[in-house]
Amino acid sequence: MNTADFKVLTGEMVEQIEALLPRYPNKQAVTLPAVHIVNAALRHVPLQAVVEIAEILELAPAEVQDTLTFYGFFKQDQPHGRTRAWICRSISCHLRGGDELLDHLCQESRIRPGETTEDGSVTIEYAECLGACEHAPCILAGDELHKSVTKEDADRLLASWK
Amino acid sequence: MAEFEPVLLANIDRDDSHTLRGYESQGGYNGLKKTLKKCSPDDIVNLVKSSNLRGRGGAGFPTGLKWSFLNKKDHPIYFCLNADESEPGTFNNRILMEEDPHQVLEGIILSCYATGATTTYFYLRYEYPHAWNRVQQAVDECYEAGYLGKNILGSDFSLDIFLHRGAAAYICGEETGLIESLEGKRAWPRIKPPFPAVEGVFRKPTVVNNVETVACVKQIVDRGADWFKSMGVPADPSNPRDAGSYGPKLYCVSGHIEKPGCYEAPLGLTVQELIDEFGGGVWKGRKAKAAIPGGISMGILSADEFDCPLDFSGPGKYDCLGLGTAAVVVMDETVSMVDVLHNCCQFFAHESCGQCTPCREGTSWALKMMQRISAGKGRLMDLDLILEIGDSIGIIPGTTICGLADGAAWPMKNAIRKFRDEFENYIKETNPDGCHETVPVPALNLQASH
Repeated sequence: MNTADFKVLTGEMVEQIEALLPRYPNKQAVTLPAVHIVNAALRHVPLQAVVEIAEILELAPAEVQDTLTFYGFFKQDQPHGRTRAWICRSISCHLRGGDELLDHLCQESRIRPGETTEDGSVTIEYAECLGACEHAPCILAGDELHKSVTKEDADRLLASWK
Repeated sequence: MAEFEPVLLANIDRDDSHTLRGYESQGGYNGLKKTLKKCSPDDIVNLVKSSNLRGRGGAGFPTGLKWSFLNKKDHPIYFCLNADESEPGTFNNRILMEEDPHQVLEGIILSCYATGATTTYFYLRYEYPHAWNRVQQAVDECYEAGYLGKNILGSDFSLDIFLHRGAAAYICGEETGLIESLEGKRAWPRIKPPFPAVEGVFRKPTVVNNVETVACVKQIVDRGADWFKSMGVPADPSNPRDAGSYGPKLYCVSGHIEKPGCYEAPLGLTVQELIDEFGGGVWKGRKAKAAIPGGISMGILSADEFDCPLDFSGPGKYDCLGLGTAAVVVMDETVSMVDVLHNCCQFFAHESCGQCTPCREGTSWALKMMQRISAGKGRLMDLDLILEIGDSIGIIPGTTICGLADGAAWPMKNAIRKFRDEFENYIKETNPDGCHETVPVPALNLQASH
């Protein structure tokens, strides 16, 4: 496809990105915020979006791609699930069953960490320290933190994400 | 100690603690009003210097001194708030931002007034959406009330605060990694010098301070340097490099503990006191086996070292790296140290930014060896190989740009040196036939590969 024919960034996304420009002395600083804006809307940041972000920020697409891929956070090939659930596996959660919780959720949803269920409802990810260690083991799903999660809680959560 | 009253966490249980109205009802922003009327920026710098406040983010660098390194001839000066709290076991900053965001903002505004910074980038980690919403609301309230924006409260001082969201990378908590990330690049820490105070974000003089540090600044402005120095541990006169450990500290305690949480106490509390007096003891009536003193980067204390005081120089006396974030993670007697070290190695292999070869390769090879040991294929020589990695990666041996590798090294060194018998027994039991093997890999058949 000719990339010029088809835009993935909507006018609204472009507006949101441009609104951030005055906050920083150069345009490159808006890279991560721009990528977040696209990711929040599309649940991934395809290469075409990278090209369009680069155009707005007057950068080479490779510069945006370089930053984006550094974080290992943004998916590019296909959108993450409607719910993206981060299961903490760092030490405090690990000591209270975080790994077992991650295994359980993966088994129940028949996917591996980083993958999305076939119906597109859930992506399961492991997280490095969610910073909610007093509530271990914990899960961050979307903007919601689930505390002291048991396997039964996890089953209920999984059902609610479907 | 009995008389100690929490100040940093004094209001977090109030329903309206996160609102401007709630904050002002407890005297919030009075310190700022007084400061703008009566104090010069240098007065605040000198006040913070004389309080001996040391940064709460992990390194413990004296805050006033950090501010005084700023190159004031170069403008603008930027302030970056390091809210990329990601050290495993640490959540004190999250609580401050969620429950008392205005305390943090007042601390930022005072710090910017002192340093002459006119723009703050509030770099907040991705994993804290609730804190993001609370801080953004608080910032909006501040603009409306005239605590932020042009000519704050009718003074000559102007300040903007912009939130900037991270993307789940531990390295962004390293101050120059944060700066690179903020600039829209990969978060590769910079070689120092130049330090950020001379050349920071956008190549301008920059202050990077931690959330709890600026909250302490607010308390010092309200209560004075003498109040701050009335608690904690004085400098050791025999150690000219010890700047003392003064003031209140937010201690996190988690893991195998009855009452995990964030507690405020004067610096110098021992691990045992934190566990017993605040944490309600080890969970399920069990005995403790070990604890992490200040996030996993700081290493591991065995249970017979719990008299370790949690001040800036305490953990160092017990072969740990330092106080770090004062986040204590308790492990009970059922825990396998092989498992704990595997978990630590997994974290650092994942979070190494990849810039320096010793860290990138060292953390991933240590993880591979720990995976092999865990899987019952370990060899006794692996323990010395892991120690060799631990002793050769980091700023301390001089092989890396930032301290991530030192943090990766310390759990390796402490776990294996303090619990060597357990590691050896595990390897011997799980790999009785191969544990004495010494040849690392079968020799390559070079002819066959061409």
